[in-house]
Amino acid sequence: MDTTLDWFLPYHFYPEVALFAFAGVYLYTTGLIRQRRAGVQVRVWPAISFYAGVLLIYAMMHTGMDYLAQYLFAGHRTQHLIIHHHAPLLLVLGGMGRVFPWALSSSTLAWLRWVGRSPLLVGPWRVVAHPFVAGVLFVGVIFVWMTPEAHFEVMLDIDLYRAMNVSMVITGVLFWSVMLDPFGRARGGFSFGLRLLLLWFVMLPQMFLGAYISLVNHEIYDVYDVCGRAFPIAAMTDQRIGGLLTWVPAAEMMAIVALLVLRLWMREDHEYGRALRERPA
Amino acid sequence: MKSEVRDSLHARSVVRRAAPALAGALAAVILVACGTDPELRTQDISGSLPDLELALERAPEETPVTEADYEGKVVALYFGFTHCPDYCPLTMARVGAAIDGIDPDLSDDVRVLFVSVDPERDAPEQLARYVSGFGEQFEGLRGDRRTLREITRRYRTTFSYGEPDEHGNYEVAHGTALYVFDREGEARLLARDDEPIDDLQHDLEVLLDSG
Repeated sequence: MDTTLDWFLPYHFYPEVALFAFAGVYLYTTGLIRQRRAGVQVRVWPAISFYAGVLLIYAMMHTGMDYLAQYLFAGHRTQHLIIHHHAPLLLVLGGMGRVFPWALSSSTLAWLRWVGRSPLLVGPWRVVAHPFVAGVLFVGVIFVWMTPEAHFEVMLDIDLYRAMNVSMVITGVLFWSVMLDPFGRARGGFSFGLRLLLLWFVMLPQMFLGAYISLVNHEIYDVYDVCGRAFPIAAMTDQRIGGLLTWVPAAEMMAIVALLVLRLWMREDHEYGRALRERPA
Repeated sequence: MKSEVRDSLHARSVVRRAAPALAGALAAVILVACGTDPELRTQDISGSLPDLELALERAPEETPVTEADYEGKVVALYFGFTHCPDYCPLTMARVGAAIDGIDPDLSDDVRVLFVSVDPERDAPEQLARYVSGFGEQFEGLRGDRRTLREITRRYRTTFSYGEPDEHGNYEVAHGTALYVFDREGEARLLARDDEPIDDLQHDLEVLLDSG
């Protein structure tokens, strides 16, 4: 943090972040190249979205941003906003499920399908991939890690800190992929209307938490005092900015995803409606 | 309508199945956060922070010191600077008072390491003079910026500097915690600046008595 270079290098080296970035870029790029060779149309916007998602997570975890996230409450809230809301949404919009299989050999794919069918995975997956559970997990991790006692512990113990950040990315990708599943009720998926309702229910507690943090007149997270701040800034100012970041942009993300869900809904309605109309009586 | 009912029934059964797992995860986090040794009064941080490890220079002679120099001692580590108007002198005075209350045979085994995060202004002589005012167990340690970044990163704390005013005075932001290591060099306690002196004394005695 003393030279410009420090801001571009990892403050802590996290193998999981390096592996994620490397594997993600490798699989997606190889997938795209093979799609192109096979004559499958390569979609530009999803690709841009995917790479942007990987880059954002890398930037939040492996640059000076991670330093700010550890020693400024507002920095921490920014990091989580990006790795929980924005970057996972970009990854999901990148259509990993369509591109990754192209990068894998047929035997690896067969093996993955075999593993994926194992009852040990199918049961738990059905539970966590249920929209209600995914929603509870999405907002639940925020509340668990924001409990003042847990928050203090996380900011001392580097392994807990890593676990926290991994949990933010995973629950983000899970929730957005469930919300943006193109299969609505007409095709055996989860109702688009209920998804909109669920988004609203997931938004509310985040808004209340953010409003509470930014509006109370006492310090909730003293760990940043105890461990020192990235630059001399008043504790209450830091807390208010962090609270606002939890409150406003997080709610905005819910609105953006609601629009994406509406788009999927209209598309399915249109196609399914046409199929119904064209069906011989 | 029917399928909505089925949806919500399905959802309910899923939630019921997931609830114990979620509750378990929550309980685990709370346990981790509050898993404290009942004997200790300040915050027990056993297992959260790494063992004592340092490579600094002791003021005023600038003798190189490492954790090996403190083997068998109970070590209290603090990051501060001698121009500090509030936290540093207050915390050091409290630690001094706590040590004064301990049986002298035992208190010989305590070392308070005051690591200066402002080596530009804290010349070796000045630092040594400053810490000696708090008691004989106090040592002033210095290091270059790089070494300081390493040790503060290790203990998940930091320091930063404000803009200098017209007299060249500047603010230094630093952590206010005192990290206490037991005789084996394991991180055990985190004491805040407002910790009651009695509690601090009590906990130091607990660590001195064990081993």
